[in-house]
Amino acid sequence: MQPALSLIFLTILIGTGQGLFLALYANQIWSWLGFLDTPVSAMLQVLGSIVALLLLLAGLIASFFHLGHPERAWRAATRWRSSWLSREVIVLPLVILSVILYGLTWYPDSSPQSSASTSTLSLTLGTIGALLSITLFICTGMIYAGIRFLQEWSNALTIVNFTLLGAASGFTLAAVLATNNNVAHLQFFTLTAITVTLLGLITRGASLWHNRTLQHKSTPQTAIGIRHKRIFQLAQGAIGGSFNTREFFHGRNRIFMQRSRWLFIILTFVLPIILMLLALNTAGKSLLISAAICQFLGLFIERWYFFADAHHPQNLYYQNA
Amino acid sequence: MTQLALIIDLNVCVGCSACVTSCKEWNSSGISGPMSDRNPYGKNPTGTFFNRVQTFEVGTYPNTETIHFPKSCLHCENPPCVPVCPTGASYKRPQDGIVLVDYDKCIGCKYCSWACPYGAREIDEQQRVMKKCTLCIDRIYDQSLPEAERKPACVLACPTSARIFGDVHDSESEVSHLIREQGGYTLMPEWGTKPANHYLPRRKIMRQVHEDELQRADNPLKKEAPLPIPALDEPSLEDVTSW
Repeated sequence: MQPALSLIFLTILIGTGQGLFLALYANQIWSWLGFLDTPVSAMLQVLGSIVALLLLLAGLIASFFHLGHPERAWRAATRWRSSWLSREVIVLPLVILSVILYGLTWYPDSSPQSSASTSTLSLTLGTIGALLSITLFICTGMIYAGIRFLQEWSNALTIVNFTLLGAASGFTLAAVLATNNNVAHLQFFTLTAITVTLLGLITRGASLWHNRTLQHKSTPQTAIGIRHKRIFQLAQGAIGGSFNTREFFHGRNRIFMQRSRWLFIILTFVLPIILMLLALNTAGKSLLISAAICQFLGLFIERWYFFADAHHPQNLYYQNA
Repeated sequence: MTQLALIIDLNVCVGCSACVTSCKEWNSSGISGPMSDRNPYGKNPTGTFFNRVQTFEVGTYPNTETIHFPKSCLHCENPPCVPVCPTGASYKRPQDGIVLVDYDKCIGCKYCSWACPYGAREIDEQQRVMKKCTLCIDRIYDQSLPEAERKPACVLACPTSARIFGDVHDSESEVSHLIREQGGYTLMPEWGTKPANHYLPRRKIMRQVHEDELQRADNPLKKEAPLPIPALDEPSLEDVTSW
């Protein structure tokens, strides 16, 4: 597939926004359960909610650049019964709304000691928001995993990776935002970010392995229905290319793909884990910031690779593209 | 139930692309217009087409065969492109099984083109909506046309009758007969899309000749052997005797 910049931005930005929100909520739950001795800072929850909101809105704006007719985008919410894309279109504004409401429950409470009433309300709203965020991850993943003949995508790992990679970048970002905070909270964010990034490395690695060992069901023989081992294409039905040769081919060679694969593994997973482990011991702010930037950049390559890695069966009709 | 479809006979298609130009001509000015082009007279012309003819070479020289392969929307009975549409712009007509796009509802997200394993859908860069073969829906039901012309433009243009139009659900229709008797098959059956369009394979006229047919093992009349010459007083029989 030809990776579309709008989709790369959309999936990374909303994924990080959802992840950040999940991190704020997880911190609140962790503290509520009594694992953290200091209360959750309202400042951090408000700041985090604003950043998550901005990321989600930026993602939403990016998605409009993918459309031929953005003015008709509202129509995309009508087919939620059958289309995962439609479901995503419905859930995304709900997540945005719950992030706003969640942030507002913390806003009037600027003192470090949060009152019980806001806590119950924000816990409820946080739970709803977290469930919606996970639903949105599933919707985003299913858009790709639901196309059954794109075998690189059509498996549970796609959904798991969207969730874990979004959560990883969100938790890392939460750690950056919490640098001026209490050490216990900062440690919580850093440790969870390391864990989720590590889990993401395992599942993304698993999907890379799955795609490497994949046997494609469609062949040139089934595509044109002629039983012969050697089928060679002489003409594709267009001189200057067509939508089919532009939309479904990334046009990069194997070496480029190989290098971008290693680059994203290092930038998204390996380096951030090392930097965050160092930050755990030295409590270095700059280490956390560089880990977050590094991971964010890595995600762009990762997402580009995710799209480029999928081989559409229609490409069998365009062997010379 | 009716399922209109095209049958494409690969045995007689000569790859002249008359169907491609006829389709473009009819649909540019019809409901599906304008089917815009980029650099139509320039170096790398590209544009929207509902139908394309591709050419494949099968086998290794000297045992090769050239296959001209017309390719358009197959109007699947189980179309994977329809349920994924978020707006409902993509739909399958229940009355005749034609898969269509409502150009006023389409938001141009291209998701349906990803969900089609055949690459049958193409975006119109100017109108920014998804387009595909309509089986000339604005022609096949047009009562003002003579009945013989109520067929898709590609079918009428084909000089070798490689394209046949009809209802594949009617067992007695011409297309059903062809599928049944000439070995009609569907593309990529592994995805369960049940394409309505069928392709007829290349068919060579071959005769099986057995060894004993070359050598006359059984020749009761001894036709090749010298026949006995009858005596002068005996009656002569054609084929049995010789002089």
